[in-house]
Amino acid sequence: MPPISIPRKPLKLIDRVSAINWNRLEDEKDLEVWDRLTGNFWLPEKVPVSNDIPSWQQMSEEEHTLTMRVFTGLTLLDTIQGTVGAVSLIPDALTPHEEAVYTNIAFMESVHAKSYSSIFSTLCSTEQIDAAFDWSEQNEFLQKKAEIVLDYYEGDNPYKRKVASTLLESFLFYSGFYLPMYFSAHAKLTNTADVIRLIIRDEAVHGYYIGYKYQKGIAQLTDAERADLQDYTYDLLNELYDNEVGYTESLYSGVGLVEDVEKFLHYNANKALMNLGYPALFPAEICDVNPAILAALSPNADENHDFFSGSGSSYVMGKAEETDDDDWDF
Amino acid sequence: MTPNDAAVAVAPADHAESAASTPEFAATGAPIGALVYFSSASENTARFVAGCRFQDEGINVYRVPLKASEPALNVREPYVIMVPTYGGGVIKKAVPIQVKRFLNDPENRAWIRGVIASGNTNFGEAYCAAGDIISAKCHVPFLYKFELMGTPEDTAAVKNGLVQFFGTLEPR
Repeated sequence: MPPISIPRKPLKLIDRVSAINWNRLEDEKDLEVWDRLTGNFWLPEKVPVSNDIPSWQQMSEEEHTLTMRVFTGLTLLDTIQGTVGAVSLIPDALTPHEEAVYTNIAFMESVHAKSYSSIFSTLCSTEQIDAAFDWSEQNEFLQKKAEIVLDYYEGDNPYKRKVASTLLESFLFYSGFYLPMYFSAHAKLTNTADVIRLIIRDEAVHGYYIGYKYQKGIAQLTDAERADLQDYTYDLLNELYDNEVGYTESLYSGVGLVEDVEKFLHYNANKALMNLGYPALFPAEICDVNPAILAALSPNADENHDFFSGSGSSYVMGKAEETDDDDWDF
Repeated sequence: MTPNDAAVAVAPADHAESAASTPEFAATGAPIGALVYFSSASENTARFVAGCRFQDEGINVYRVPLKASEPALNVREPYVIMVPTYGGGVIKKAVPIQVKRFLNDPENRAWIRGVIASGNTNFGEAYCAAGDIISAKCHVPFLYKFELMGTPEDTAAVKNGLVQFFGTLEPR
């Protein structure tokens, strides 16, 4: 299979490096977010996706195709964010700790990209997987989405890069995230949904942090420069939104979910803007997300959580405790 | 502080410290109640509060200090507290440490009447968990939830809701 075929320019690397001192913080947020991200660390192997095989076998051919197309689309975005997006933010970092946080974000995006492959290899045949990747190469909306974002990552404006990155983390993923949440609400692929919830949780911290750094950065600019960036943000959001509507139709029109997905897009676009410190764009009446989807975002007892073999997004990691001599005195 | 305390010629140092703080935004006219909020360096909650202009409705607005080195906040009138949910999905860490410090002071806690929390549905069951925790610990109603810096609909709902809510409280 050929790689995503957009000609790429080399990324700028950081100019200088000094040893990072985590005991001398310039921005407390860096440590706070580092701790959150490392505390949330997970790997797809922890979630028993194979428990979804019976559910997968009962789903229609159309649902299979849709699922795989959605996941290849998400794989492309995570790959971009892992190998280009988060890395391109490093040279713009205001503190060495911010650089370190981006390396964590980049790595986790690669974990996310790999999780889709791990779901595929559990549920699908090689032919099905190849067909879905071929589709993602051919889908004009998906390719355009990748192209728009990549252009900004390679541009020379550090603020625009952060805007593009925040919109990717907090908005562009959601046309895809909708589907596993929809299935989960209908008791289908519930373990796969657990993987997606872990990804959603990570993306929420990423969008929050990059948006926060954007706001810190533009605080130093003039009013006119800030106004330009705000206009640019809404323009880019509109451009991406129009493309996203086309993408949504190309995926979901066959199953009659277009309108429902669009509401979810409006809702998340507003949240992406808020992460950048800007007011919401879409009015409440077109953001009334299906309550079943919102409920599916929150893992609950209805799901087949297997405490002993499973983990899921409500999984609690074991804590190690120091032993002392008394523990061994029987 | 009772009127008698105020009459003591030389107040002990610790009493002087726990005197009521000055609001960040003082109510225009006679105050009907107060809002205490916390906002981290991201300023999401601060933006929401600024957009609500509670002071115009007769509500004193106090901000919980971000840094431990700043003077502690002392509120001595009925208030609703507004907090963002922390912890990135970890419920145990949902209440910001600064808010815990503020509520750990029994004199502050005596005046809490309700809680409003913000959060992000992307954090699953931890969405607005700070509100559930404070509501349970302080035995006060959880009045409202909103996401990040809120929408215009949230602003209207909270503004009208608080005015109504303070109207239902016993007169001071």
